[in-house]
Amino acid sequence: MNVRIKFFAILRERAGVAEASKDIDAGSSVADLWRQLQKDYPKLDVPGIRLLYAVNQNYVGLDHKLNENDEVVFVPPVSGG
Amino acid sequence: MFRVTDKPINLDELIRYVTDPEAGAIVPFIGTTRNNNEGRKVIALDYDAYPEMAEKELARIGADAAKKWPICRMAIVHRLGPVQIGEASVIIVVSSAHRDAAFAASRFAIEEIKKTVPIWKKEVFEGGEVWIGTQTGQPLKTD
Repeated sequence: MNVRIKFFAILRERAGVAEASKDIDAGSSVADLWRQLQKDYPKLDVPGIRLLYAVNQNYVGLDHKLNENDEVVFVPPVSGG
Repeated sequence: MFRVTDKPINLDELIRYVTDPEAGAIVPFIGTTRNNNEGRKVIALDYDAYPEMAEKELARIGADAAKKWPICRMAIVHRLGPVQIGEASVIIVVSSAHRDAAFAASRFAIEEIKKTVPIWKKEVFEGGEVWIGTQTGQPLKTD
């Protein structure tokens, strides 16, 4: 199945792209996708970073199972205000 | 009204929006960009966001505030893109029948924004730039 990924802030700079799509196995979790993306974009691994995870604009846990055409965002530390 | 915008935020418009005949208080909070941070001389700030989700989270904060305190209306607008020193990066305006509720809701909103809303601040300072991240408690160096 295919999912869409958007990168923001430091992760967009690290990935070098703002958006990507990825074919992953059915039943894959957010954690599985993150591991695969690290292979495609080795610089995504920012030492010490604490991420939040959003699927279709809602925060989810790392073990959340993905579905076809989900929009996934790895949320680096937020700093609005 | 819960929005992100790449244009300067209009305070008067937000005050008009929350004005309510039942309200006895309107509390505005204006977050502005500071020229220094942790000993660095800041030249400018640049805000990035996941806009659709940021607006959703701002609306969630407004709904939570309305559950906690008897407020009349609330508006939160956050600026995106480059923001010059001294300009407003975020404005929160709350109206309520009595002032305590509006002050409390405003304080709650700015604290929540800093925790959950997918907006990121890049600080451009003399000699470099850095993404500010509160979850790690320290700036993350870009390379």
